[in-house]
Amino acid sequence: MMRYAAVRLIQFPLILAVIYVATFFLTWVIPGSPFERTERRVADAALKAMAERFHADDWRKFMAYYPLRALRGDFGQSMKYQDWSVTDIIRQSLPVSVTLGLFALTIAVFVGVATGVLAAVRRGGIIDSLSVGLALAGISVPSFVVASLLLVTFCVRLKWFSIGQWGTPADMVLPGVALSLLPMAYIARLSRVAMLDVLGSDFVRTARAKGLPRATVIWKHCLKHALLPVLSFLGPAAAGTLTGSFVVEKVFNIPGLGQHFVNSVLNKDQTMILAVVMIYSVMLLTFNLLVDLCYALLDPRIEVGAKAQ
Amino acid sequence: MSTASSAIDTSVPAAGISALRRAARSRRVLVSGAVLGAVLLACVLSMPWTLSSDSPLGFDTQAADRSYQPPGPGGLFGTDILGRSLLGRCLLGGAISLAIGVGAAAISTVLGVGVGLLAGYRGGWVDALLMRCVDILYGLPYILLILLFTVAFQERLASALNPRAANLIVLFLAIGSVSWLTMARVVRGQVLSLRAQPFIEAARAAGLTETRIFFRHLLPNLVGPVTVYATLIVPQAILQESFLSFLGVGVQDPLPTWGKLASDGLLPALNPVHSRWWLLLFPSVLLAITLLCLNFAGDGLRDVFDPRRESAKI
Repeated sequence: MMRYAAVRLIQFPLILAVIYVATFFLTWVIPGSPFERTERRVADAALKAMAERFHADDWRKFMAYYPLRALRGDFGQSMKYQDWSVTDIIRQSLPVSVTLGLFALTIAVFVGVATGVLAAVRRGGIIDSLSVGLALAGISVPSFVVASLLLVTFCVRLKWFSIGQWGTPADMVLPGVALSLLPMAYIARLSRVAMLDVLGSDFVRTARAKGLPRATVIWKHCLKHALLPVLSFLGPAAAGTLTGSFVVEKVFNIPGLGQHFVNSVLNKDQTMILAVVMIYSVMLLTFNLLVDLCYALLDPRIEVGAKAQ
Repeated sequence: MSTASSAIDTSVPAAGISALRRAARSRRVLVSGAVLGAVLLACVLSMPWTLSSDSPLGFDTQAADRSYQPPGPGGLFGTDILGRSLLGRCLLGGAISLAIGVGAAAISTVLGVGVGLLAGYRGGWVDALLMRCVDILYGLPYILLILLFTVAFQERLASALNPRAANLIVLFLAIGSVSWLTMARVVRGQVLSLRAQPFIEAARAAGLTETRIFFRHLLPNLVGPVTVYATLIVPQAILQESFLSFLGVGVQDPLPTWGKLASDGLLPALNPVHSRWWLLLFPSVLLAITLLCLNFAGDGLRDVFDPRRESAKI
């Protein structure tokens, strides 16, 4: 297991390098230039000079200049917002998104797993129908509709929260809830399905037969298995949630990282795209590795890195 | 249904209860299937009218004097700013949304199950290679891939087909080819877990060939998670399209989808002075009902088809 983790850790920078190169060439083939402005037409000579200043007139120059600096955490100046360095933009927006994301994930995991397990245990009961209904509603309505309705209901009509503010913990409640709904719905659904599977298995019957209390069997023995599919969902979901959501940030006016994922691509801001993609990738690879290791911890029968027999 | 409340009841359930339960599950399938079928039929059968330019239901039939008409006997769902019938646009939007969902789900199920099975069952370097590829694709936010697809295919397809058809094909290709990754990971995880189970070992000890173990013992146990995920992908793809419409890179005007109609309706509907609520309500409700039914149908089908579930005393 230690060896497996070590191998994965060695692969880590290699995968990041591949992602960096792949992303770079993807952005390179998008037509249009990051230096063009919609307000006015920029002369070709000016475009060229600007590209040269950003080492972006030729892909070889770009690859010679930026990757080495990126290793030290310096992603250069933003090609769109030229007064800002990408690192500064990220330093301001990433903590916001991570704070909000952690809050949302906590809600999602606790409420999601609890509803999923309860629904499976009381299958066909009121809790089951209610949780299934809620989980499905979370998946079935676009997030921009839910977020806007939350904003209008609680900020405009009821005036419980202030609009477009960011700073106090109270400002986190509505966006946090809006952000948690989607992962919560998936988690509730996955844990319910997995729980139903495991409740019918022999070891559960044995545990009950030898006199263990129902609660112990459910929350100790079965929960572990119900968590397996939740875990494999949580790897990517955590990376996505912690790097922010464009919709939630736009609706609640939050200065997070999520907006940059979309805007940088629409602006063709190559330095910014590379930076946000790298942040997302680092988080994703870390969480996926953690998930694979947790798999082995939760179910010792799974040999991580097992060879085919 | 008294046994339903006891999670780990060891008594054998009476046949009547189990049959009832199965009927209840199938009824859920039937009801949601019927609703889905009705929505689909309405959307598809109305296409001669919604696609025509001189029918009042046409998706692009504009009437300057009928701008922002509230729902009423004249136009059932009201009209938008250009006086286009919201009913007609919702009907065609439904057909396009569903087509995108099903197309994307089909692509991603084939890709995801194939890769997941191969990686999980073969293990070793095949597993390592495939999963690293999946990791790398995961590392790229899907908006990037979708824009790339648009660039790579849009112009070539637009010259071969008409631009609107190209727009739709590019959309479902793009959504389909970014949503198979989760399926691959889930299938692989499931295969890894199954491979370590005693019954596979027993099958191998009994001298069954690998092919037979694979098709007879492994695949049937994957039906549950694959069905659940495939049904999750259809609504997910429809939602992703609505997100793309929210960004302005989904289907292009004047083509409607439910997601596009809802995101276009957001501002006029939430306007505190003069709310045009119908522009948000009808597409959102249609979207929600359809996605709910898709999810219910998937859940119900799974319960009916999974043989183990019958013996589970829950």
